[in-house]
Amino acid sequence: MLRIEGLTAEIDGKQILKGINLEVPTGEIHAIMGPNGSGKSTLSYVLSGREGYEITGGTATFNGVDILAMEPEERAASGLFLAFQYPVELPGVGNANFLRTALNSIRKAKGEPEVDAMAFLKLARTKLKALQMSDDVLKRNVNVGFSGGEKKRNEMLQMALLEPSLAILDETDSGLDIDALKIVSEGVNAMRGPNFSALVITHYQRLLDYITPDRVHVLMGGRIVKSGGPELALELEAEGYAKVAA
Amino acid sequence: MNAMISGGFSARFAGLRDHLPGGRTPWIAALRAEAAEHFALAGLPSRKIEAWRYTDLAAIGQANFREALTFASESPALPPMRAPYRAVFVDGRFAEGRSTLPRWCRPLARNLGAAEGWLGSLAQKLPVVSLNTMLFEDGILLDLPAGTEGGALELLSLASHTERGIAFHPRHLIRLGAGASLTLIETSLGANGAPYLHNPVFEIAVAEGATLSHIRIQREGRSAFQLSTVLAAVQAGGTYDNFTLNAGGKLVRNEIHTALLGPGAACHMNGAQLAGDGQHADTTTYLDHAAPDCASRQTYKTVLAGKSRGVFQGKILVRQAAQRTDGYQMNQALLLSDDAEINAKPQLEIYADDVKCSHGATVGALDEAQLFYLRARGIPAEAARAMLVQAFLVEAIEGVTHPLAQAALAEATDGWWESEAA
Repeated sequence: MLRIEGLTAEIDGKQILKGINLEVPTGEIHAIMGPNGSGKSTLSYVLSGREGYEITGGTATFNGVDILAMEPEERAASGLFLAFQYPVELPGVGNANFLRTALNSIRKAKGEPEVDAMAFLKLARTKLKALQMSDDVLKRNVNVGFSGGEKKRNEMLQMALLEPSLAILDETDSGLDIDALKIVSEGVNAMRGPNFSALVITHYQRLLDYITPDRVHVLMGGRIVKSGGPELALELEAEGYAKVAA
Repeated sequence: MNAMISGGFSARFAGLRDHLPGGRTPWIAALRAEAAEHFALAGLPSRKIEAWRYTDLAAIGQANFREALTFASESPALPPMRAPYRAVFVDGRFAEGRSTLPRWCRPLARNLGAAEGWLGSLAQKLPVVSLNTMLFEDGILLDLPAGTEGGALELLSLASHTERGIAFHPRHLIRLGAGASLTLIETSLGANGAPYLHNPVFEIAVAEGATLSHIRIQREGRSAFQLSTVLAAVQAGGTYDNFTLNAGGKLVRNEIHTALLGPGAACHMNGAQLAGDGQHADTTTYLDHAAPDCASRQTYKTVLAGKSRGVFQGKILVRQAAQRTDGYQMNQALLLSDDAEINAKPQLEIYADDVKCSHGATVGALDEAQLFYLRARGIPAEAARAMLVQAFLVEAIEGVTHPLAQAALAEATDGWWESEAA
């Protein structure tokens, strides 16, 4: 379970998160919705450990362990996965090498034996098939020359291979096309189960047409101002943030 | 006039001249004397000379190196042999018992007669080359007959450190007959102890339609100096490919002069320079397009960590006769620390009017977004940096396709960043 209490954070001296309180129990999928500038992306980066964000107060624990003190790779090893809104291109890094290195880094951190090239290929092919992806993606450089949809699929492939227990999906941009949203939601729905939870961060309700959240939280001005069931998303869509939060 | 720095080499030549190989053979004695005269006038190049503006040889001048007069008594351990043939040199001397040579490759010192009219034929009046001509002890004399597929040959240079502060000046003569082909995998190794100077000169003649792939892996000891000069001449339809990994040494200059002399000649010159704290790595290339319809490609990548310095100078000369030249040069540097410094100087000089010639240069640091992406996937910071450094080098290294060369290269680059960061 992810538990955030009184989390405050700033960037370049400007306070963005002003006391976030949030609990995501194991096995649940929660959505965070909010208008532009409410702190949605900051929250996802603070949770995944990106540099440049100053945490000024509060705590965030994952299964009882303080994640804010961890390096990004340690967070990943503890089961946290950040699905990037805009996956980064890595020219010169082969996708197969990248995926296997990531998988083995996490296995090693957990004290599990590393997967050899053959076993990895077999595993990757199973996951590719489930995501209806071609094997060719393994031979290409990570995200280089990928279409928007292919990049999203590659994120979901990483998630399927690394099998996180908590995924944070940063889908704050309103400009994402329906296909990309469908890919992300299929990836999340495939992982859904008693040992997997997800925090879906989005601006519009559209994504939630494909992923039904257990809970919806409204983030405004760096605080969670309202929480409710899936119907809250529809309410926000119909009435707007200002009215719902009032 | 400023006092020119000779590093005592001229004085030592005066004492050694009769004892050097061919010292009493008139044509060699004359060649050495002429080189000595040039070196006495020029000295070690100073930074006032444009070609040496970024690389300071003062430390070589002060080191008071001595040429080794005898074979090393110690037998340093050799890395495993990869190719079917290997020529081994210890402190610049041919190590017969440790070498396996094909018929077309012999040690130079005891076959000097065969080098007449050949030795020095490609030499230019460069001070470092004159230093070598004046004092060379040995080298290979490789004469691959026309139409022969030579396969792969290793050339291994080891510094043994049995004497402190030694200098050796090997001279390698390489000639490929028409249509011949060869992969030459050259490795320079030395321990990190006492300083030494390795000053090899290569004279390389590639005849019509011949192909030489020259892979150079420089892993000298961290106190060592290496000044290497490759002088290559390529005839019509021939190809000279040079890949140099510049990874060892305290101060290293990798200077390559390639002349494309006949129509359809081609040249790929690629390289990777990896310099860590206290290292200076210099690659300087001169590409002379002297004939029409020739193509040249150059990709050089420099990675600098700690307090280190990198230099890339690349000049492409397109002579008036060299119509329809296709030339390309790219040099890129990756700075891993604030204390690292790169000097890059690309230069085009074009006298023909129908040419396609371009060059580019970039300097940058590791991309934080890429680094975070890797770490967010569980890859520890150092491993993630190493992955990005390897990725940066890919374009320069991917042209090395011979499996033996790839293995030697992987051995030299794997873990480089981890050890620099440690």
